[in-house]
Amino acid sequence: MSRKILFITTDQQRYDTLGANGGTLSRTPVLDRLASEGIRYERCQPTSVVCMPSRSSMLTGQFPSTHGAWMNGVPLAIDAPSVAETLHDAGYATALIGKAHFEPFMDPFGLYAENALANLGIPTIEQDWFDGRRGVHRGFDYLEFATHGVMGPLHYAKWMRDEHPEAIRGFYQVVDQDFNVNAAGGGDSGAPQVKYNSVPREWYHTDWVADRTIRWLEEQPTDQDWFCWMSFPDPHHPWDPPKSEVGRIPWRDVPLPENYPESASERESLLDQKARHWRAWYDGRLVSNYEAPAKWVPATMTADQVREVNALNAVEVELIDEAIGRVLACIDDKGWGDDVDVVFTSDHGELQGDFGLLFKGPYHVDALMRLPLIWRPARSTATVPSVVHAPVSLVSLAATFLEIASEPSPYWVEGASLPIDDDDAKTRSFDATFTEWDSSIFGVDVHVRSVVTDDYLYTEYQPGTVHDGSEGELYDLVDDPLQRVNRFNDPGMTGVRAELSERLSVHENRPGDRATPGALMAPV
Amino acid sequence: MASIRHERRIAADADTVWSVVRRPESIPEWFPGIVSCTVEGNHRVITTAIGLDIPEEILSNDDATRHFAYRITAPQYSFHLGVIDVIDIAPNDSLCVYSTTALPDTLALLIAGGTLGALDEIQRLAESSRVAS
Repeated sequence: MSRKILFITTDQQRYDTLGANGGTLSRTPVLDRLASEGIRYERCQPTSVVCMPSRSSMLTGQFPSTHGAWMNGVPLAIDAPSVAETLHDAGYATALIGKAHFEPFMDPFGLYAENALANLGIPTIEQDWFDGRRGVHRGFDYLEFATHGVMGPLHYAKWMRDEHPEAIRGFYQVVDQDFNVNAAGGGDSGAPQVKYNSVPREWYHTDWVADRTIRWLEEQPTDQDWFCWMSFPDPHHPWDPPKSEVGRIPWRDVPLPENYPESASERESLLDQKARHWRAWYDGRLVSNYEAPAKWVPATMTADQVREVNALNAVEVELIDEAIGRVLACIDDKGWGDDVDVVFTSDHGELQGDFGLLFKGPYHVDALMRLPLIWRPARSTATVPSVVHAPVSLVSLAATFLEIASEPSPYWVEGASLPIDDDDAKTRSFDATFTEWDSSIFGVDVHVRSVVTDDYLYTEYQPGTVHDGSEGELYDLVDDPLQRVNRFNDPGMTGVRAELSERLSVHENRPGDRATPGALMAPV
Repeated sequence: MASIRHERRIAADADTVWSVVRRPESIPEWFPGIVSCTVEGNHRVITTAIGLDIPEEILSNDDATRHFAYRITAPQYSFHLGVIDVIDIAPNDSLCVYSTTALPDTLALLIAGGTLGALDEIQRLAESSRVAS
């Protein structure tokens, strides 16, 4: 019997939302305990700051420029490598319950398995594998899907429509009549994507994901090795948690984020230091990506709206923490308490008011790029708790899962397994991480590459619709942890900039096979 | 309004390619995700794999120019125009162009995404010459 793996992801959750990471808004005792017992990573970066490329990196252990799902709406190739396949081959029972999003949600022709399985009523489906075999969908022999609402064909939405149709109207309508991300305001402050949801807590998707995970775990034989990816759709917008829970964190008492200047002139001054698309979006002159409401202008956001969004986000984080607690209790009840590795992270962050912005896009700063990451190795390993300060990447997750399972890392994995402490990080040269952004939608092309080291966050904007290839950002993470002072054009930083640019060049030209970039099939 | 064009060079005569797409009722054979359709006069209703019924009006079906044009008439679309052109390049060599123009823009992207798979199938069927003309 090997170590079992519970892989927990959330969607769009910032580093600073956990108590273990210094967050004060949400109470997260379950995750804080996992952090205290295991390894807490101080600087974990995604490979992309949007869902599909980032999640595909978790599954494949590859950067988006390798796996080919380069932006939201580009499906991961059906025969892309998958760590779940390798674990399945090794005898693991494999499940993904919650949000997958390797394939587009918007799928009017029903082309993708993620959107088809709920109607088919089967736990998985056979597809081509990268090595020429056929097998269960992306290596998972059990799949049950949810996303941010109750529309569409996924299991949770279908369950809600079948079992609790009266509660459907309580949810925020995620897209508007033009099929864009909805800008309509709600709550007390009129913030976009906010609604007080009348759905009972036990029917909300957070508890549903935990319930379905518990059900799957309970069905596993005690001696069965398993890999379970439990994937919560929250705290991604819409911020529409059950109304019964919003009183936990009264929004009027919520302090403004440290990186939200109340003065419009100060916000604008900060944005003007960055590449030009920042201010253009803030002013409503440019919508560079689908993931934020097309009809919403960030400059119109009020301080109260920032407070309310942060409060509701924090409520959703607390509900997730409590749901994880229930799943861990189930694991203990099954007698697996000493044999399960728990890995917790998120696919990317959320601007959440920083610089006067909300949602996400081609904005490579900590709000979107610094993620919570906790690895609580199985207690049977007697791993010494630690905090890793070196930069690490979600691209390392696949190799980490394989190491846990005592499986060799296959040739297609680009990331090394996560370090267990700073000495290990130093020995294995964990000194830089890379984040990519490519988008091309409705005539707007944006291409961004960033590298994060112990000391710096450096970004280059490649030529596109709004960038001419000369712009960039360079932040000193030690002196300027909020990334307010762009030193890209500082003559005193010429050497640093050259070194970091060379690192990006090496990343771009790294050896290895690359998948043909996929076609854009949908906006998300 | 968004307009998206996909095209495919196909190793088959233009007439062979055209024979794949010219019959309105043949669309389930070459458009992945369209599982059935009904045709009455110049009105077609397609049914997709997730059970969506989408009504369309056929605007042009011209054997001489190998040009097929249609529009989706569902209320979610403020405007839609789909055009398939098959262009003769040389014997056993043709170009199939599938254009989608729609409002809201997002719907153009969704339909055009489907047309990529359709071009794959049109190519496969034409090159394998398994379609009765």
